[in-house]
Amino acid sequence: MGNKQTIFTDEQLDAYQDCTFFTRKEILRLHGRYHELAPHLVPMDYTKEPDCKLPLALIVAMPELNENPFRNRIVESFSEDGLGNQSFNDFVDMFSVLSEMAPRELKAIFAFKIYDFNVDNFLCKEDLEQTLNRLTKEELTEEEVQLVCEKAIEEADLDGDHKLSFADFENMITRAPDFLSTFHIRI
Amino acid sequence: MPPKRKKDVVIRSEDVGIEIDAQEDSGSEEEARRRARNRRAKPSPRRAKRPVSDDEDEEEEEEEPPRRKGRRGKAKVQDSDEEEEEEEKKGRKKKPVKASNRKKKAVKEESEEEEEESAEERGKNKKRGKAPSKKEKEEQNKVKKSGKDKGSEKNKRKNSGKFSRCSILSSGSGSDSDSLSEGEMELLKEEVEEKKKLITTLRNKPWRMKRRLQQLKEAQAFVEKFEGALGKGKGRKLYAYKVMMAKKLIKFKRDFENFKTACIPWERKIKEVESHFGSSVASYFIFLRWMYGLNLVLFGFMFGLVVMPEVLMGLPYGSIPRKTVPRPLQETAMDLSVLLDFGGFMKYSVLFYGYYNDERTIGVLQFRLPLSYLLVGVGIFGYSLMVVIRTMARNANEGGDGTDEGDFNFSWKMFTSWDYLIGNPETADNKFASITTSFKESIVDEQENQKDENIHLRRFLRVLANFFILCTLGGSGYLIYFVVKRSQEFAEIDQDNLSWFEKNEVEFVMSLLGLVCPPLFETIAELEEYHPRIALKWQLGRIFALFLGNLYTFLFALFDEVNAKLENEKSIKNATITAYNEYYSNYSSFYNTTDVPPLDIQPADAIRGPCWETAVGIEFVKLTVSDIQVTYLTILIGDFLRAVLVRFLNYCWCWDLEAGFPSYGEFDISGNVLGLIFNQGMIWMGAFYAPGLVGLNVLRLLSSMYYQCWAVMSCNVPHERVFKASRSNNFYMALLLLVLFLSLLPVVYTIMTLSPSFDCGPFSGREKMYEIVMETIEKDLPAFIGNIFTYATNPGLILPAVLLMVLALYYLNALSKGYQQANLDLKKKMQMTRDEEKNRRNNKDSTNQVMKDLDDLLPNRSLIPPPEEEEPPPPVAQKGSKSPKLKPGSAANGKGVNLQKEVSLAATNPRGVVNRPPGPRGGPPGNIRGPQPGPGRGRGRGGPSSKAIGFIRGC
Repeated sequence: MGNKQTIFTDEQLDAYQDCTFFTRKEILRLHGRYHELAPHLVPMDYTKEPDCKLPLALIVAMPELNENPFRNRIVESFSEDGLGNQSFNDFVDMFSVLSEMAPRELKAIFAFKIYDFNVDNFLCKEDLEQTLNRLTKEELTEEEVQLVCEKAIEEADLDGDHKLSFADFENMITRAPDFLSTFHIRI
Repeated sequence: MPPKRKKDVVIRSEDVGIEIDAQEDSGSEEEARRRARNRRAKPSPRRAKRPVSDDEDEEEEEEEPPRRKGRRGKAKVQDSDEEEEEEEKKGRKKKPVKASNRKKKAVKEESEEEEEESAEERGKNKKRGKAPSKKEKEEQNKVKKSGKDKGSEKNKRKNSGKFSRCSILSSGSGSDSDSLSEGEMELLKEEVEEKKKLITTLRNKPWRMKRRLQQLKEAQAFVEKFEGALGKGKGRKLYAYKVMMAKKLIKFKRDFENFKTACIPWERKIKEVESHFGSSVASYFIFLRWMYGLNLVLFGFMFGLVVMPEVLMGLPYGSIPRKTVPRPLQETAMDLSVLLDFGGFMKYSVLFYGYYNDERTIGVLQFRLPLSYLLVGVGIFGYSLMVVIRTMARNANEGGDGTDEGDFNFSWKMFTSWDYLIGNPETADNKFASITTSFKESIVDEQENQKDENIHLRRFLRVLANFFILCTLGGSGYLIYFVVKRSQEFAEIDQDNLSWFEKNEVEFVMSLLGLVCPPLFETIAELEEYHPRIALKWQLGRIFALFLGNLYTFLFALFDEVNAKLENEKSIKNATITAYNEYYSNYSSFYNTTDVPPLDIQPADAIRGPCWETAVGIEFVKLTVSDIQVTYLTILIGDFLRAVLVRFLNYCWCWDLEAGFPSYGEFDISGNVLGLIFNQGMIWMGAFYAPGLVGLNVLRLLSSMYYQCWAVMSCNVPHERVFKASRSNNFYMALLLLVLFLSLLPVVYTIMTLSPSFDCGPFSGREKMYEIVMETIEKDLPAFIGNIFTYATNPGLILPAVLLMVLALYYLNALSKGYQQANLDLKKKMQMTRDEEKNRRNNKDSTNQVMKDLDDLLPNRSLIPPPEEEEPPPPVAQKGSKSPKLKPGSAANGKGVNLQKEVSLAATNPRGVVNRPPGPRGGPPGNIRGPQPGPGRGRGRGGPSSKAIGFIRGC
């Protein structure tokens, strides 16, 4: 595998495998993808753990994310600075959580973060409206949006504070039959 | 013992600096803490900067060290943190995780504290195990060290205070390693285990990658370092060996895992399809791949245990009649048309049942082929059953409890309807549209529950539709029966007079029915006007019924034929025996001798029976082949040709072909999956009579994968209504299970009741096929096993066993009912508490208002102090919410106001929040929204009494 050029040391690969749901090959492939995004910025040699970050715009342009209405939120919530500048670690992290192997709980946590547009650790009505508008490309009328958001909050809000905390969200999402199959990106 | 400990010491100047910062307090530690707390209590900006990180502090204690490192930069904040840590340590000296951190840190700073080791030692003895005495020791140390220079003292102070436990360890390891007591040993072991657990579960932690990597490194270093310390004396070597083996095992497992994932084929192909068509279409391909894997295993069994031994060790072709083409057929045996009909050489080849010899053992290995044949034939079912059920169980686990479909209608739609796999603009547009319509639909549903304009007409239409469909089903069944009967008639006529169509009528008709009926059902279903999802279920059910009906009609017709053949066979057998007898008597009378030489007949000329098993096998193989042909042709014509025509005729046509009538085809998921399932059913049934069928199926699935992938990518358009696939996952599996069961029946029936042909196949000459098992038990196994077996098959034993199973079934059923009930009750309870909470919240305002009004009406309002007595004691709560022991949820409950402030601060500064994922075990965040929830409620309910208290106090 590493016969042409060492991208990672074996220790690094092992560490990545311990920390993610990927195999060695997939990590190398991920690095390839990451490198592809900005060949002049990202070094091939990662053994020295260079500090390089790619901006949101580059990552969002990946075909895997390009059509996703939440692409900006995904990249932002997986970036360390919250602005969408991802290092390779963040990048691997993102696809690890979105991989098939990741457990439901982990996925739920990050789904919550993604849908939390205003980053207050609650899904309030504002967040839901944004979510809905992105899902439907703003095809619904204002009243319909209001109605749907109210209904959604009413359904999932367990403690009646008119916004969804993570507990509410988790309770709702772990019962969803489609969550695991749809919250998943193959790399 | 790690001897190099001293080398990896890092002197942290920041630490020292911080300590100096915090040093100002000369009095007792208690005082310092209080001061620090006061400092923190006032709202300072730096405090607000990391509200969540504090929360995390509270939830995951084991990640102390990295954060500490990370915080080094903010020396200002450090002091309060320091305080915090000390506090928390005090609280739980016994927590092993904590202790491990302390220990680890201690190791790093060992050289610094080396000179004070002796003093430490002294303190330690007193200290061992009991945390509260730490302060005392602190004091003692201070006295001792007063002469030393300031920096070192500080250092020591910190170390002694914080890492007293580890100082035990380090001193122990430094000088006399055996001085580790049992308890410490246990503790250390526990910590190491803890770290190991952390390493294995690290990937499930919702942390940033950087932190995870750091954690991993530290945990590994820790384990590396202290694992050697465990195990003492003679046990140490063994322990080291064990550890080494464990490491090797982990490495091997990982490599194996890597290898396994590398072996999963078509990952990229499926991804491509997924991004174009969403998860529902991809689910078909994943199912196809799964099926391929299953068939590969079946093929391995069949090929390795039955086909290969016969080919390698059995008699060669032409040696005995069953392995030879009969003489009259030999001229045409190699004709392509005959071979394509699986006649000629094909019929007398290893692909079919008849070829196998009935010798009990073959070759030098004494391989018991007949036994192996039977066991593999049954084992295929066993293995498939196991795999299907296991997959179903796994799917069921993944599916959540999902019993309450309607509860989360809107929120599920909102949060799970986007398919993250989609990577194609067109599909994305379709998805947007379908989501929008589904939302609109549910809004309409919500607004006016059911509009029933003419229920009678609809009912009538539905009954009519079902009537039509029943007619179709009956008609198709009759057609198949008729055709099979006719083919039996044809079989008696000379083969040369028949056209190709007449010979292949059965397969042709069955495939045609499978092709025509589903669209017909769909058209009829239009009458019913069901909701699309319900309509899909009906459609699936009907197609299933059709296929099943056809298959079973076919089987019954086939069994009729088999019975006729058995009669025929009997007469042939009798004729052969008579001929033999005649030969013997003639020979002996002619030559007047009793020493008759055996009859010397060429194998090709021997009289032979019809060999019904091979005939059945050929039917199945033909059916499979025609199914493959029809499927592939349908794709080629229905999809490819249509796509080509639409694409190119569109330039010169009067209307828009692409958008208008013919348009491009959609991928028919349900039809394809059902086709696959039924194909598999035929394979299961036919594999016993035609071992080659499994190999054929493997080829079919393999080519199907590439062919359909190509077809779907090049000729199909994404669905306009993208429906959910995941729920139906287990639905398909259940269908597969049903088909498996149904295909098991005829095979078991033939094994148990029909007598095998007398002159072909591995069971020839036996009364029933299963007798081979009896034979093996009697002849090859020791006598006592035979005895056991006879006892075990005694009805007196079987009946109680069955009874016991029934009882167990009953009991488990009752148990599951009980659990269900409990579940229901819990759900009800939850609903109730939720309603109560909501009501209370809703009422609160009103009662509050009333109370306020009452307040206003009171005469000497000024005399009454605000009812703050009801509030949870502020300083304690404040402390509590900061203290690492509390979970964020409880913190929120304890002090709503404070958290609200934190939240608002966080909102203005997203950075602080973003780099921390929300805590995994966040409790219900009680009342954050309300302006003063806690007190408010208190006022609402117990207002008067509190006022009374207040009044009394006021007086």
